[in-house]
Amino acid sequence: MADLMQQPITWGSVSLMVLSAAVLLLIVLGYVTYAILFERKVIGWIQGRHGPNRLGPFGLLQTVADVIKLLIKEDIVPRNADRALFILAPVIVFVPSFTVLATIPYTRNLPFADLNVGLLYYAAISSISALGMLLGGWASNNKYSLIGGMRSAAQMISYEIPLVISFIGVILMSGSLRLSTIVEEQGPWFWQWNFVPQILGFLVFIVAALAELNRTPFDLPEAESELVAGYFTEYSGFRFAFFMLAEYVYVYAIAALTTILFLGGWHPPFPFLDFIPGIIWFLLKFCLVVFTIFWIRATMPRMRGDHLMSFGWKVLLPLSLINVFITAVVLEILR
Amino acid sequence: MTTRTEELLLNVGPQHPSTHGVFRLVVKLDGEVIKEATPVMGYLHRGTEKLAEDLTYTQIIPYTDRMDYLSAMTNNYVFCHAVETLMGIEIPERAEYLRVIVMELNRIASHLVWWGTYLLDIGAMSPFLYAFRDREKIIDLLNELSGARLTYFYMRVGGVKWDAPEGWIQKVKNFISYMKEKVDEYDDLVTGNEIFMARVKGVGTYDAETAINYGLSGPNLRCTGVEWDLRKTKPYSIYDRFEFDVPTQTAGDCYARYLVRIEEIRQSLRILEQATEQFPDGGEIMGKVPRAIRPPEGEVYVSVESPRGELGCYLISKGKPQPYRVKFRRPSFVNLQLLPKLLVGETLSNLIAILGAVDIVVGEVDG
Repeated sequence: MADLMQQPITWGSVSLMVLSAAVLLLIVLGYVTYAILFERKVIGWIQGRHGPNRLGPFGLLQTVADVIKLLIKEDIVPRNADRALFILAPVIVFVPSFTVLATIPYTRNLPFADLNVGLLYYAAISSISALGMLLGGWASNNKYSLIGGMRSAAQMISYEIPLVISFIGVILMSGSLRLSTIVEEQGPWFWQWNFVPQILGFLVFIVAALAELNRTPFDLPEAESELVAGYFTEYSGFRFAFFMLAEYVYVYAIAALTTILFLGGWHPPFPFLDFIPGIIWFLLKFCLVVFTIFWIRATMPRMRGDHLMSFGWKVLLPLSLINVFITAVVLEILR
Repeated sequence: MTTRTEELLLNVGPQHPSTHGVFRLVVKLDGEVIKEATPVMGYLHRGTEKLAEDLTYTQIIPYTDRMDYLSAMTNNYVFCHAVETLMGIEIPERAEYLRVIVMELNRIASHLVWWGTYLLDIGAMSPFLYAFRDREKIIDLLNELSGARLTYFYMRVGGVKWDAPEGWIQKVKNFISYMKEKVDEYDDLVTGNEIFMARVKGVGTYDAETAINYGLSGPNLRCTGVEWDLRKTKPYSIYDRFEFDVPTQTAGDCYARYLVRIEEIRQSLRILEQATEQFPDGGEIMGKVPRAIRPPEGEVYVSVESPRGELGCYLISKGKPQPYRVKFRRPSFVNLQLLPKLLVGETLSNLIAILGAVDIVVGEVDG
């Protein structure tokens, strides 16, 4: 794939690129379909019920049916909404969520676009989505949507900063922004992966990432019990599906990023387990992170807006800065 | 460019996930801070009290089921108790025990619903399902006894309609030991949670004097340190035979109300334990009641402790088969009166926490 990027553009290489992009898209869509089912099953299991099990074996077709339902629903734009922005908002939320996936390396031989500024690219592109949420909340001309949009903008900005600063520790460790290099720099044994030396950064990253994902306990922008559905209250049908899709694609992206930055990517936990292909290890770690995110959702209540802000600025930000400081000092001493 | 700011008028309800029915609050927001809150009630008003004037006494009982539909047994009881007091009817022992057992079971069910939905309001989803799973067991028990899941129509003037089926008391005993474990489990799961504590501690605080001035009762009063439980202070039925404590807290915030209700579940289990132990082996379930119920001319006010507070029934009889006037003191309605004052200066997230902690049932608020 990397060689392909270097080659002169021909019909052959372009069509190959388009084809592989389409395959990635299908994989992600397949993942989203079953991540939603998996989430419902996990939460159902935790809550002592079955979860969807009527449609297809083990409810495997449930999400498919849900998507079809959303597709054939009437496309409603509220009369007083700002029509252009209302239509634009889901696109702005959704497009970056897929764009960031381009840089994720799954194994040594399977990176789609191995950018040398991969991590920076991820941070920059993913923050565009906040704009779409704010826009959607504003354009709906609904008070609940507006409050939800405002909350999400405030939350995204507050948690973007500790998230990105927690990247810096990892970057210092590996000396590169390239995601595949970051994985290669982590040692073969599992205690050499970044989550051990970067434990502080890892914790900050997990918390900030949950807030970025707008998931429990940080799901304030869409706090159901307060704001009905937050910034997408007025959305229905496929536009609503786009918001949902973006949310789950970000879960995918964050889980993949956690695996790469802190859990050693495609490395097996012990070098002698090398005979198992890297992609399996990657997927296992990836699934573990996804499961943890769902698990937290089933357990935690929701934080309050002002607590969220003070937690982000007064706890996470100093912690992430301390982490950068410690990492830099220790690396300097060791050198 | 000059910026202009204005307050945002937000309708919370009547269709809103956290108002638990068709309750509506009109709030004026400055950012997320509430400047003014006006409750709008009456969406579920069915005119129970007026309807009662054209119905015979037995016919009124199913209407009381539908006031506080989470604890219909207490409503049944307060009305029957009023008529019985006016007529001076003796209630057989077995019926009294059955009444206490079903009322306490219903109190636990009601508190469980509160616990689950309150945590759902706070944003935790699982407690809701745990609470409803256990409430289902209570509903099954009451269903076996009365044939209905929510609107039981179980009590009659003079006693109860159905005797306990064989093995029912044993089932209640099994439930008690099951529930005791579960209450501790729920306590472990939620009570110490940092996020939960941050949401409810120090939120919606008032003192005992305010609470009494506004006529609050039930857990909403006991959270301020006032030990006022009608089962103890003005014993009715056979509550004087049981040993139980009246849980109180002194903080007066949402967390105190939470703790009081959790402890009340434990105390109700204690009462149930004793009631099932002492349950008489045989005997009548209906007292000596004339075929046509015509209470003598006069008036009476009785009150009982419902899960939400002091549930009162004021009854005037002119010696006819229908009452001249029935008035219910509905605790949900009275407890709400403090709400507009409590909400000023709070944020929108606190609104949900405070409204939830009052524990309203809209059927009771609107009457």
